[in-house]
Amino acid sequence: MVTPLFLAAAVVAVMFSIFAISLRNPVYNVLSLVVVFFAMAAIFALLGMDFLAAIQIIVYSGAILVLFLFVIMLLNIRRGDRLGSGRRLQALLGALTAIGLGTLLVWAASRLAPTGGASLPGAVETGTVVPIGRALLTTHLFAFELITLLLVAAIVGAVYLARRESQ
Amino acid sequence: MNVIPISHNAVLALSGVLFAIGTLGVLLRRNGIAIFLSVEIMLNSANLAFVAFAASFAADPTHATAALAGQLFVFFVIGVAAAEAAVGLALFIALYRLRESIDVDRVNIMRW
Repeated sequence: MVTPLFLAAAVVAVMFSIFAISLRNPVYNVLSLVVVFFAMAAIFALLGMDFLAAIQIIVYSGAILVLFLFVIMLLNIRRGDRLGSGRRLQALLGALTAIGLGTLLVWAASRLAPTGGASLPGAVETGTVVPIGRALLTTHLFAFELITLLLVAAIVGAVYLARRESQ
Repeated sequence: MNVIPISHNAVLALSGVLFAIGTLGVLLRRNGIAIFLSVEIMLNSANLAFVAFAASFAADPTHATAALAGQLFVFFVIGVAAAEAAVGLALFIALYRLRESIDVDRVNIMRW
Protein backbone atom coordinates (compact mmCIF):
# COMPACT_ATOMS: atom_id res chain seq x y z
CA MET A 1 0.00 0.00 0.00
CA VAL A 2 1.36 3.38 -0.97
CA THR A 3 0.04 6.17 1.21
CA PRO A 4 -0.71 9.60 -0.29
CA LEU A 5 1.84 11.25 2.03
CA PHE A 6 4.64 8.99 0.81
CA LEU A 7 3.54 9.49 -2.77
CA ALA A 8 3.62 13.28 -2.38
CA ALA A 9 7.10 13.19 -0.81
CA ALA A 10 8.33 10.85 -3.55
CA VAL A 11 7.02 13.08 -6.34
CA VAL A 12 8.61 16.15 -4.73
CA ALA A 13 11.93 14.29 -4.28
CA VAL A 14 12.08 13.11 -7.91
CA MET A 15 10.97 16.46 -9.35
CA PHE A 16 13.41 18.55 -7.35
CA SER A 17 16.32 16.15 -7.86
CA ILE A 18 15.77 16.59 -11.60
CA PHE A 19 15.88 20.37 -11.02
CA ALA A 20 19.01 19.88 -8.91
CA ILE A 21 20.90 18.25 -11.76
CA SER A 22 19.49 20.25 -14.69
CA LEU A 23 19.24 23.93 -13.71
CA ARG A 24 22.18 26.05 -14.80
CA ASN A 25 22.54 28.33 -11.82
CA PRO A 26 24.47 26.42 -9.09
CA VAL A 27 22.58 28.26 -6.33
CA TYR A 28 19.29 26.91 -7.73
CA ASN A 29 20.85 23.42 -7.84
CA VAL A 30 21.70 23.57 -4.15
CA LEU A 31 18.33 25.02 -3.14
CA SER A 32 16.51 22.29 -5.10
CA LEU A 33 18.62 19.74 -3.27
CA VAL A 34 17.48 21.24 0.05
CA VAL A 35 13.88 20.45 -0.99
CA VAL A 36 14.91 16.89 -1.97
CA PHE A 37 16.51 16.34 1.43
CA PHE A 38 13.44 17.67 3.23
CA ALA A 39 11.24 15.27 1.23
CA MET A 40 13.60 12.43 2.18
CA ALA A 41 13.43 13.44 5.83
CA ALA A 42 9.64 13.26 5.52
CA ILE A 43 9.91 9.70 4.14
CA PHE A 44 12.30 8.74 6.98
CA ALA A 45 9.78 10.09 9.50
CA LEU A 46 6.92 8.22 7.80
CA LEU A 47 8.93 5.00 8.15
CA GLY A 48 9.41 5.64 11.87
CA MET A 49 13.06 6.72 11.68
CA ASP A 50 12.70 9.86 13.80
CA PHE A 51 16.37 10.33 14.63
CA LEU A 52 17.48 9.96 11.01
CA ALA A 53 14.82 12.41 9.84
CA ALA A 54 16.18 14.95 12.32
CA ILE A 55 19.85 14.54 11.38
CA GLN A 56 18.96 14.52 7.69
CA ILE A 57 17.66 18.07 8.13
CA ILE A 58 20.24 19.26 10.67
CA VAL A 59 23.39 17.79 9.10
CA TYR A 60 22.53 17.55 5.40
CA SER A 61 20.32 20.56 4.75
CA GLY A 62 21.76 22.57 7.61
CA ALA A 63 25.49 21.95 7.35
CA ILE A 64 26.58 20.23 4.14
CA LEU A 65 24.40 22.18 1.70
CA VAL A 66 25.23 25.48 3.41
CA LEU A 67 28.88 24.57 2.87
CA PHE A 68 28.09 24.13 -0.85
CA LEU A 69 26.30 27.49 -0.98
CA PHE A 70 29.21 29.11 0.81
CA VAL A 71 31.72 27.76 -1.73
CA ILE A 72 29.52 28.74 -4.70
CA MET A 73 29.27 32.28 -3.39
CA LEU A 74 32.97 32.39 -2.53
CA LEU A 75 33.96 31.33 -6.05
CA ASN A 76 31.28 33.56 -7.56
CA ILE A 77 30.03 31.02 -10.11
CA ARG A 78 27.11 32.66 -11.86
CA ARG A 79 26.23 30.08 -14.48
CA GLY A 80 27.15 26.44 -14.76
CA ASP A 81 26.95 24.28 -17.85
CA ARG A 82 23.78 22.82 -19.29
CA LEU A 83 22.94 19.14 -18.80
CA GLY A 84 24.72 17.15 -21.50
CA SER A 85 26.50 20.12 -23.04
CA GLY A 86 29.64 18.07 -23.73
CA ARG A 87 30.08 15.73 -26.65
CA ARG A 88 26.89 14.33 -28.14
CA LEU A 89 27.96 10.68 -27.95
CA GLN A 90 29.06 11.14 -24.35
CA ALA A 91 25.69 12.66 -23.42
CA LEU A 92 23.80 9.88 -25.23
CA LEU A 93 25.79 7.09 -23.57
CA GLY A 94 25.49 8.76 -20.18
CA ALA A 95 21.72 9.09 -20.53
CA LEU A 96 21.41 5.46 -21.67
CA THR A 97 23.53 4.24 -18.73
CA ALA A 98 21.50 6.22 -16.20
CA ILE A 99 18.14 5.12 -17.63
CA GLY A 100 19.29 1.50 -17.80
CA LEU A 101 20.53 1.62 -14.22
CA GLY A 102 17.28 3.18 -13.02
CA THR A 103 15.18 0.57 -14.81
CA LEU A 104 17.32 -2.22 -13.37
CA LEU A 105 17.05 -0.90 -9.81
CA VAL A 106 13.29 -0.35 -9.99
CA TRP A 107 12.83 -3.81 -11.49
CA ALA A 108 14.96 -5.33 -8.70
CA ALA A 109 12.90 -3.49 -6.07
CA SER A 110 9.67 -4.80 -7.58
CA ARG A 111 11.03 -8.37 -7.56
CA LEU A 112 11.66 -8.43 -3.79
CA ALA A 113 9.05 -9.97 -1.54
CA PRO A 114 6.60 -7.21 -0.64
CA THR A 115 6.97 -5.92 2.91
CA GLY A 116 5.60 -2.95 4.77
CA GLY A 117 2.32 -4.04 6.26
CA ALA A 118 1.46 -3.59 9.91
CA SER A 119 4.17 -4.33 12.47
CA LEU A 120 4.20 -7.73 14.15
CA PRO A 121 3.06 -7.80 17.78
CA GLY A 122 5.92 -6.98 20.16
CA ALA A 123 7.86 -4.90 17.65
CA VAL A 124 10.01 -2.41 19.53
CA GLU A 125 10.69 1.19 18.63
CA THR A 126 14.15 1.42 17.00
CA GLY A 127 14.09 4.78 15.27
CA THR A 128 14.22 7.12 18.27
CA VAL A 129 17.24 8.63 20.01
CA VAL A 130 17.40 6.24 22.99
CA PRO A 131 17.93 2.88 21.20
CA ILE A 132 20.19 4.47 18.58
CA GLY A 133 22.29 6.27 21.18
CA ARG A 134 22.61 3.10 23.22
CA ALA A 135 23.74 1.06 20.19
CA LEU A 136 26.11 3.81 19.07
CA LEU A 137 27.91 3.96 22.42
CA THR A 138 28.02 0.22 23.09
CA THR A 139 28.00 -2.15 20.10
CA HIS A 140 29.22 0.36 17.51
CA LEU A 141 31.51 2.44 19.71
CA PHE A 142 34.62 1.69 17.64
CA ALA A 143 33.01 2.85 14.39
CA PHE A 144 31.70 5.94 16.19
CA GLU A 145 35.20 6.85 17.38
CA LEU A 146 36.63 6.17 13.92
CA ILE A 147 34.18 8.61 12.35
CA THR A 148 35.27 11.34 14.76
CA LEU A 149 38.86 10.69 13.69
CA LEU A 150 37.82 10.85 10.04
CA LEU A 151 36.04 14.18 10.57
CA VAL A 152 39.09 15.68 12.30
CA ALA A 153 41.31 14.48 9.44
CA ALA A 154 38.86 15.96 6.92
CA ILE A 155 38.82 19.34 8.70
CA VAL A 156 42.62 19.50 8.82
CA GLY A 157 42.81 18.42 5.17
CA ALA A 158 40.24 20.99 4.08
CA VAL A 159 42.02 23.81 5.89
CA TYR A 160 45.34 22.76 4.39
CA LEU A 161 43.99 22.49 0.83
CA ALA A 162 42.00 25.74 0.83
CA ARG A 163 44.63 27.91 2.52
CA ARG A 164 46.01 30.85 0.61
CA GLU A 165 49.73 30.80 -0.16
CA SER A 166 51.15 33.56 2.01
CA GLN A 167 53.66 35.34 -0.16
CA MET B 1 8.40 0.44 13.38
CA ASN B 2 6.11 1.53 10.63
CA VAL B 3 4.09 4.53 11.74
CA ILE B 4 1.96 4.54 8.61
CA PRO B 5 2.06 1.35 6.50
CA ILE B 6 4.13 2.11 3.42
CA SER B 7 5.29 -0.45 0.89
CA HIS B 8 9.05 -0.76 1.39
CA ASN B 9 9.33 -1.89 -2.23
CA ALA B 10 8.01 1.54 -3.25
CA VAL B 11 10.68 3.19 -1.08
CA LEU B 12 13.36 1.02 -2.70
CA ALA B 13 12.02 1.88 -6.16
CA LEU B 14 12.17 5.60 -5.29
CA SER B 15 15.75 5.09 -4.11
CA GLY B 16 16.57 3.46 -7.47
CA VAL B 17 15.04 6.34 -9.42
CA LEU B 18 16.96 8.92 -7.38
CA PHE B 19 20.20 6.96 -7.83
CA ALA B 20 19.65 6.99 -11.61
CA ILE B 21 19.02 10.75 -11.55
CA GLY B 22 22.25 11.21 -9.58
CA THR B 23 24.14 9.05 -12.10
CA LEU B 24 22.71 11.15 -14.92
CA GLY B 25 23.99 14.30 -13.23
CA VAL B 26 27.47 12.85 -12.65
CA LEU B 27 27.78 11.68 -16.25
CA LEU B 28 26.27 14.68 -18.02
CA ARG B 29 27.42 17.72 -16.05
CA ARG B 30 30.86 19.23 -16.29
CA ASN B 31 30.67 21.80 -13.53
CA GLY B 32 32.54 20.28 -10.57
CA ILE B 33 30.08 21.50 -7.94
CA ALA B 34 27.09 20.18 -9.94
CA ILE B 35 28.82 16.77 -10.14
CA PHE B 36 29.35 16.90 -6.39
CA LEU B 37 25.68 17.67 -5.82
CA SER B 38 24.73 14.69 -8.00
CA VAL B 39 26.99 12.49 -5.88
CA GLU B 40 25.12 13.76 -2.82
CA ILE B 41 21.84 12.66 -4.46
CA MET B 42 23.34 9.20 -5.04
CA LEU B 43 24.54 8.94 -1.42
CA ASN B 44 21.09 9.93 -0.21
CA SER B 45 19.35 7.39 -2.40
CA ALA B 46 21.62 4.71 -0.91
CA ASN B 47 20.60 5.98 2.53
CA LEU B 48 16.98 5.66 1.49
CA ALA B 49 17.57 2.01 0.55
CA PHE B 50 19.20 1.38 3.95
CA VAL B 51 16.21 2.99 5.66
CA ALA B 52 13.76 0.90 3.63
CA PHE B 53 15.50 -2.33 4.69
CA ALA B 54 15.83 -1.12 8.29
CA ALA B 55 12.11 -0.34 8.36
CA SER B 56 11.21 -3.79 7.08
CA PHE B 57 13.43 -5.35 9.78
CA ALA B 58 11.97 -3.08 12.45
CA ALA B 59 8.50 -4.56 11.93
CA ASP B 60 9.76 -7.88 13.31
CA PRO B 61 10.78 -7.87 17.01
CA THR B 62 13.39 -10.61 16.45
CA HIS B 63 15.30 -8.39 14.01
CA ALA B 64 15.58 -5.20 16.09
CA THR B 65 19.41 -5.36 15.99
CA ALA B 66 19.39 -5.44 12.20
CA ALA B 67 17.04 -2.46 12.09
CA LEU B 68 19.38 -0.52 14.39
CA ALA B 69 22.45 -1.48 12.35
CA GLY B 70 20.78 -0.21 9.17
CA GLN B 71 20.05 3.16 10.76
CA LEU B 72 23.56 3.45 12.18
CA PHE B 73 24.93 2.79 8.71
CA VAL B 74 22.92 5.77 7.44
CA PHE B 75 24.35 7.82 10.31
CA PHE B 76 27.91 6.88 9.33
CA VAL B 77 27.23 7.55 5.64
CA ILE B 78 26.09 11.07 6.57
CA GLY B 79 29.29 11.53 8.58
CA VAL B 80 31.49 10.36 5.71
CA ALA B 81 29.51 12.56 3.28
CA ALA B 82 30.24 15.58 5.47
CA ALA B 83 33.97 14.78 5.44
CA GLU B 84 33.89 14.21 1.69
CA ALA B 85 32.08 17.50 1.06
CA ALA B 86 34.58 19.45 3.18
CA VAL B 87 37.67 18.00 1.46
CA GLY B 88 36.15 18.07 -2.03
CA LEU B 89 35.03 21.68 -1.78
CA ALA B 90 38.45 22.68 -0.44
CA LEU B 91 39.97 20.99 -3.50
CA PHE B 92 37.65 23.00 -5.77
CA ILE B 93 38.67 26.23 -4.04
CA ALA B 94 42.34 25.36 -4.57
CA LEU B 95 41.62 24.47 -8.20
CA TYR B 96 39.68 27.66 -8.81
CA ARG B 97 42.60 29.76 -7.54
CA LEU B 98 44.81 28.04 -10.08
CA ARG B 99 42.55 27.73 -13.13
CA GLU B 100 39.77 30.30 -12.61
CA SER B 101 37.32 27.51 -13.49
CA ILE B 102 35.88 24.35 -11.97
CA ASP B 103 35.00 22.75 -15.29
CA VAL B 104 36.18 19.16 -14.83
CA ASP B 105 37.09 18.84 -18.53
CA ARG B 106 39.83 21.35 -17.92
CA VAL B 107 41.28 19.45 -15.00
CA ASN B 108 43.73 17.04 -16.54
CA ILE B 109 46.66 17.71 -14.29
CA MET B 110 47.86 15.60 -11.40
CA ARG B 111 50.32 18.18 -10.09
CA TRP B 112 51.39 21.70 -10.77
